[in-house]
Amino acid sequence: MRFMLLFSRQGKLRLQKWYVPLGDQEKRRLGRELVQTILGRKAKMCSFLEWRDLKVVYKRYASLYFCCAIEEQDNELITLEVIHRYVELLDKYFGSVCELDIIFNFEKAYFILDEFLLGGEAQETSKKSVLKAIEQADQLTSTCYQQASPRITSPTCYEHA
Amino acid sequence: MSPSVRLQEMIRVIRSARTQGEERGVIQRECAAIRAQFRQADNGGRSHNLAKLLYVHMLGYPAHFGQMECVRLIASPRYNEKRVGYLGAMMLLDENQDASLLITNSIKNDLAHSSQYVQSLALCTLACMGSAEMCRDLAPEIDRLLRASSSYIKKKATLCAVHIVRKVPELGELFTPAARALLAEKNHGVLHGAVILITELCERNAQTLVQFREAVPELVHIMRGLVTSGYSPEHTVAGISDPFLQVRILRLLRILGRNNDTASDAMNDLLAQVATNTDSSKTAGSAVLYETVLTVMDIKSESGLRVLAVNILGRFLLNNDRNIRYISMTSLQKIVSTDHNAVQRHRGTIVDCLKDQDASVKRRALELSLALVSAINIRSMMKELLLFLSTCPPELKSHAASGIFNAAERYSPSQRWHIDTILHVLITAGADVRDETVPNLIQLITNASQLHCYTVHKLYRALVADISQQPLVQVACWCIGEYGDSLLQGDCEETEPIQVTEDDILDALETVLQSHMSSPATRGFALTATMKLSTRITENVDRIRSIVSIYGSCMDVELQQRAVEYNALFKKYDHMRAAVLEKMPVMDRSSMGQTNGESGGGGVQELEPTKPKQPEMMVAPQPASQVCDLLDLLSDPEEPSLPGGPLGPGGAPLGPAGLMSGSAGGDLLYLLGGLELTPTPTPATAPAAVTVYDKSGVVLKLSCERPLDASQTITLTATNTSDHDVSSLTLQAAVPKNVQLQMKAPSGDSLPARSSAVVTQTVLLNNPNKVSLKMRVRLSYTTS
Repeated sequence: MRFMLLFSRQGKLRLQKWYVPLGDQEKRRLGRELVQTILGRKAKMCSFLEWRDLKVVYKRYASLYFCCAIEEQDNELITLEVIHRYVELLDKYFGSVCELDIIFNFEKAYFILDEFLLGGEAQETSKKSVLKAIEQADQLTSTCYQQASPRITSPTCYEHA
Repeated sequence: MSPSVRLQEMIRVIRSARTQGEERGVIQRECAAIRAQFRQADNGGRSHNLAKLLYVHMLGYPAHFGQMECVRLIASPRYNEKRVGYLGAMMLLDENQDASLLITNSIKNDLAHSSQYVQSLALCTLACMGSAEMCRDLAPEIDRLLRASSSYIKKKATLCAVHIVRKVPELGELFTPAARALLAEKNHGVLHGAVILITELCERNAQTLVQFREAVPELVHIMRGLVTSGYSPEHTVAGISDPFLQVRILRLLRILGRNNDTASDAMNDLLAQVATNTDSSKTAGSAVLYETVLTVMDIKSESGLRVLAVNILGRFLLNNDRNIRYISMTSLQKIVSTDHNAVQRHRGTIVDCLKDQDASVKRRALELSLALVSAINIRSMMKELLLFLSTCPPELKSHAASGIFNAAERYSPSQRWHIDTILHVLITAGADVRDETVPNLIQLITNASQLHCYTVHKLYRALVADISQQPLVQVACWCIGEYGDSLLQGDCEETEPIQVTEDDILDALETVLQSHMSSPATRGFALTATMKLSTRITENVDRIRSIVSIYGSCMDVELQQRAVEYNALFKKYDHMRAAVLEKMPVMDRSSMGQTNGESGGGGVQELEPTKPKQPEMMVAPQPASQVCDLLDLLSDPEEPSLPGGPLGPGGAPLGPAGLMSGSAGGDLLYLLGGLELTPTPTPATAPAAVTVYDKSGVVLKLSCERPLDASQTITLTATNTSDHDVSSLTLQAAVPKNVQLQMKAPSGDSLPARSSAVVTQTVLLNNPNKVSLKMRVRLSYTTS
């Protein structure tokens, strides 16, 4: 995989993971143009498109578009499965995930992605194992916080903006 | 207050900003605060400040000042700070930034950390943004971790190794032994990574590929286990056992089996099993089937398996899911050249997909349709393609137009059809055709002399209807200029009669000249056409003269020059005018590297004056460029023994000498003509002699005399330059049913060794029905 983008229906980027070395400007430009292209597509259209010299696979889940750019030899259908697996992981972690979860906990979304994909390829094909690893890492993190400051951190709720 | 709340608080504040300006203000304040915090000593909130900065960065604001903070956090002993630091490094740093080198040492230390979660962070970051430098530095560490005891670390190290191999291919050798050992792992994550690593290694190094071919049985075993195993809650997706791993293994098998019979044989059964047992009702199953089909088509598989694979693709083509249809067409595109007939069976469905709403599907269907056009289906396919052209999205128009032209050139059944098709394209998509279309069409029209009347009528009608499509207007002007007299005659048997006066024609040309839609080149065409008409029409020569003189002061330099010269032609050189403006002779396209095939008897006489050496014998009216014909010949699917090129003089034995089918065009004698006209010259003495048999010194040549239409005389000549006597020489010949064969007596039946003696035998052929001619020759003799 070359990169993965998550963006809203208004074109706002919610997550971007780049596996190829590109400059900041170029990433922004590429991202913007690809987002516009995908948002311009109609509802029932094919999930695959050839854009510039890339193969792009995208799928919409509620108000979020999940979009991956893959290599020439990669299997498009299995990429759809990869996207679906990531959504399932988010769903399990956040409990019925919605876009707001990803906005307010973007770093956690990244951590989950990094536990599922490494260097652009799937590292673990078992959902259970990924979630367990995240859980352990989270525990480690909260232990660190407790050591730093004895007050317990609790999840807060966030209002609709 | 909990640090995390401060991050979420900031996010909330930013989101509540009502305008872009307000947002910018909020962010500037936050960034200033963050910068200040960074400058301070460790205050326990560093990770959260960096997280805030990363959020701001994701919104699109600059965050360069966070790079050093990333480096510092990565070096921190606390896990939570490392975690955010590495995340920041992956987001803010890439290998082009100088700061990325600074984290190399931290990564190195963390790779050896006691906590596997810290190791995991380092591995993840290295695999995401590791530069070639960093990869070289840390490769030995990764190799060590490949042999670690924890699966958790092994699977990550494997993918890290994949990244390293992609960045620095030479390091592949370092990982090969470890990769081999990893195939024995039970853990799916590690196995998945190992298969990817082996795939990368084999793709980049031929020796490694050979080495890993020995692993094929092992891979087949693993795959079989996955396919036949029962439900495993951890790895099953929609009834398929670990489709991710299955797809990866299939891809590796593809690379290992390519061009290798042994390896391909070893996986045949498995592929058949996967192909038949995989349930494709959900995407996971379809993904596995898709990969299987790709593998089957790429390795040396049995024909039965290939048929199974193409059938799977055919099933996909009928699937309701658009994605599956798209995938199916992509795969069919890959195999259309090798398994043409199998794909032809699905032509109907593919053509239907041209009407699909989706642009991606349309594009695929267009490419496939163009690949499937053949002489048999040209008429029906062209109908569909022209219909498509009128409704297709603009980005596909020029591709479709050029595809249609190519197809028409190769397979048009008649010149009139060819011209009609090109005209149709010009009317529908004139703006998107290539530049050479205009001269090509003009040349085509010139060569179809019996169609001049028809063509000029059609073009005139099109011109009057619409002058916006430049290529069409250019061709129309040219034709009217050349053949204006036929237009004036009014009657033409192939189209409705139309009364056109000289004034009408001149009006049309003047409209083109004056219209703002006409390009300068088009105007040039129109002006020249007007001038040519001065010799073709009788009454309005003065009008022409006045038009030409007006343009003598035109702003456009090219037009002005033309007008001035034409004026001079009227004034000083009036005696030469008729000669200069005569009808154009036939043009040949040999200068373009391709000879235009002729169709119909009319074409033959045109071509003869330019090719006096080799008489053209056109028995069956067949089009298509002769160069293409030879290629068709060599790859004619109906004659599987063809590859081996029995064409060249002194080539391999002709064997079953059916050289041409009707679709490829022409006959045996046409072949001789074809030889003559190919760019690689074999200078012929008339009549040309083709060597049809050449083995151990015995040579049999075949030559034909210049024939009349239906009957031909062929002479078979045998010579012997070997060291053995040849005796009891007999020649037998067989021809298709409707052709009559008469063999005259041979001149002899023995050829002494190393002699210049020759045995000849004449064969008379009568081909009253003008079927495509095939001849099978059998030569038998005994040597001493």
